Amino acid sequence: MDWSHSRADFPILNERVHGQPLIYFDNAATTQKPRVVLDRLRSYYEHENANVHRGIHELSNRATAGFEAARARAAQFLNARSADEIIFTRGTTEGINLVAAAWGSKHLQPGDKILLTEMEHHSNIVPWQLLAARTGAELLFLPVTGDIGLLDLTRLDEWLTKGVKLFAMTHISNSLGTINPVIELCARARRMGIHTLVDAAQSAGHRPLDVQEIGCDFLAFSGHKMCGPTGIGVLYGRQEILETMPPYQGGGEMILSVSFQKSTWKNPPHRFEAGTPDISGAVGLHAAMDYLDAIGRQKIAEHDQELGAYANEKLAGMKGGIRLFGPHIGRAGVVSFLLEGVHAHDVVTVADQRGVALRGGHHCNQPLMHKLGVESTARASFYFYNTKQEIDRLVEVLGEIQKFFGV
Amino acid sequence: MMFDDLSDLYQQVILDHCKHPRNFHELPTATCSAQGRNPLCGDQLKLFLALDGEVIKDISFLGSGCCISKASASLLTDSVKGKTKAEVLSLFEQVHEMVTSGEVKGDVGKLAVFAGVHKFPARVKCAILAWHALKSALSGAGEPVSTETEEM
Ligand SMILES: Cc1ncc(COP(=O)(O)O)c(C=O)c1O
Repeated sequence: MDWSHSRADFPILNERVHGQPLIYFDNAATTQKPRVVLDRLRSYYEHENANVHRGIHELSNRATAGFEAARARAAQFLNARSADEIIFTRGTTEGINLVAAAWGSKHLQPGDKILLTEMEHHSNIVPWQLLAARTGAELLFLPVTGDIGLLDLTRLDEWLTKGVKLFAMTHISNSLGTINPVIELCARARRMGIHTLVDAAQSAGHRPLDVQEIGCDFLAFSGHKMCGPTGIGVLYGRQEILETMPPYQGGGEMILSVSFQKSTWKNPPHRFEAGTPDISGAVGLHAAMDYLDAIGRQKIAEHDQELGAYANEKLAGMKGGIRLFGPHIGRAGVVSFLLEGVHAHDVVTVADQRGVALRGGHHCNQPLMHKLGVESTARASFYFYNTKQEIDRLVEVLGEIQKFFGV
Repeated sequence: MMFDDLSDLYQQVILDHCKHPRNFHELPTATCSAQGRNPLCGDQLKLFLALDGEVIKDISFLGSGCCISKASASLLTDSVKGKTKAEVLSLFEQVHEMVTSGEVKGDVGKLAVFAGVHKFPARVKCAILAWHALKSALSGAGEPVSTETEEM
């Protein structure tokens, strides 16, 4: 596979920063956008823009057709049984909040438990804390084994006890690069009658995703982390469950009829999409899904893992102290590290001057960082347009940083 | 030279104070203290002050953070020892102006090494963290205070 062709699809990768060629290693935060997605946004606004599900006029029909085609495409992208299982959201965060608000307030009683893992992003912790405070439910956290960053599954059955109503887990950790065995986790939860939610923010667009194979009840992802625009995401929900859930927000689009005192609402998915949605975002996401599948998500996954493994090996081989986080094998293209004696933010500032965009901080994983006994790490996260040469350059720059700070 | 702008940011004095922070301990004689925390980076530090009336007789700090925040706290302790509250508050304004605009107004002594920070907007918070903590300690009027400066 010649990845330099794909690289050429991304205009921004030709940017220079601080006079240096850009090496973009902050893909776990957001990915760059290929020209086809940018073109699609422009053509939508130039030829199709109107509000959806409202007008009878031609442009409204075009906008509605584009929006609903994106929904059908998302269903296919995830192998959902039906497009009715696809709810458009602002992103992963809103998808999880929607489940917490609509499913949680309907189905949770005081004393019920929600099982999370210690490697969750804040967006898969805080909505459940808010829900717990409202309902009297309780949060449990499946432990992480330490720097190696694996879930401790030895006692999973003890965690999946009665009283747990939902198990919400990340597919791929955004700070550790761990790929969790979600098929097994969901199967074991299901056997106990426990519902499951998969946070696919880091896996959608990085590997094939099949919600029927995973066997989850909910799955959420963000368009902007997979070549799509910001402001659009998808929540998949199993139809039988969506049907039991009350609306998330009220407003236009989601109702059947409204009187001054009372309203009735539409069936899923429209019940959960109040107000004018991000129409251009949805059609842009459609283009992103087409683009990724034209490359092949399996190929992207293999390349991701190759880059992750290569970076891990190169960093581990560096002279001087370096602490690496995450599994040594079978990891995603996300590596977190600390150079001994240099704070992550100093690493990121210096790397930036050399054109290398890293992330430094707690990566919205504060409880995990706390558990590992660090305040922050530096993180390099890859996508298919990155190269081994770029990783070599990173290692070189890190060497310069060690020299600069005299460690 | 490899790192031009960087040597503006990380001046030798800063690298030195970051590696060998001064007054880096608790202060048994402290009459007040304050915490500063940068929730974005996880940087946190605690200042201890021994006030004698209006005068800062002694000062120290503890904490962890990046090179800039550590060096800033270290240089702060060096430069406010023996000064009055009023002098320190006006120094705060000078330092604040300097790290945001790069302009050095009046005599800030060694603190002038932080002028280069303004070229790195993401790091201004690191340089100013200890100063916010100091201000909040002083506003506690001698009482022990613990204030978190959560500017995002
Ligand atoms: C694992 C994980 N979950 C959730 C999110 C939140 O995604 P968004 O900010 O797009 O809603 C992120 C992104 O930072 C993430 O990495």
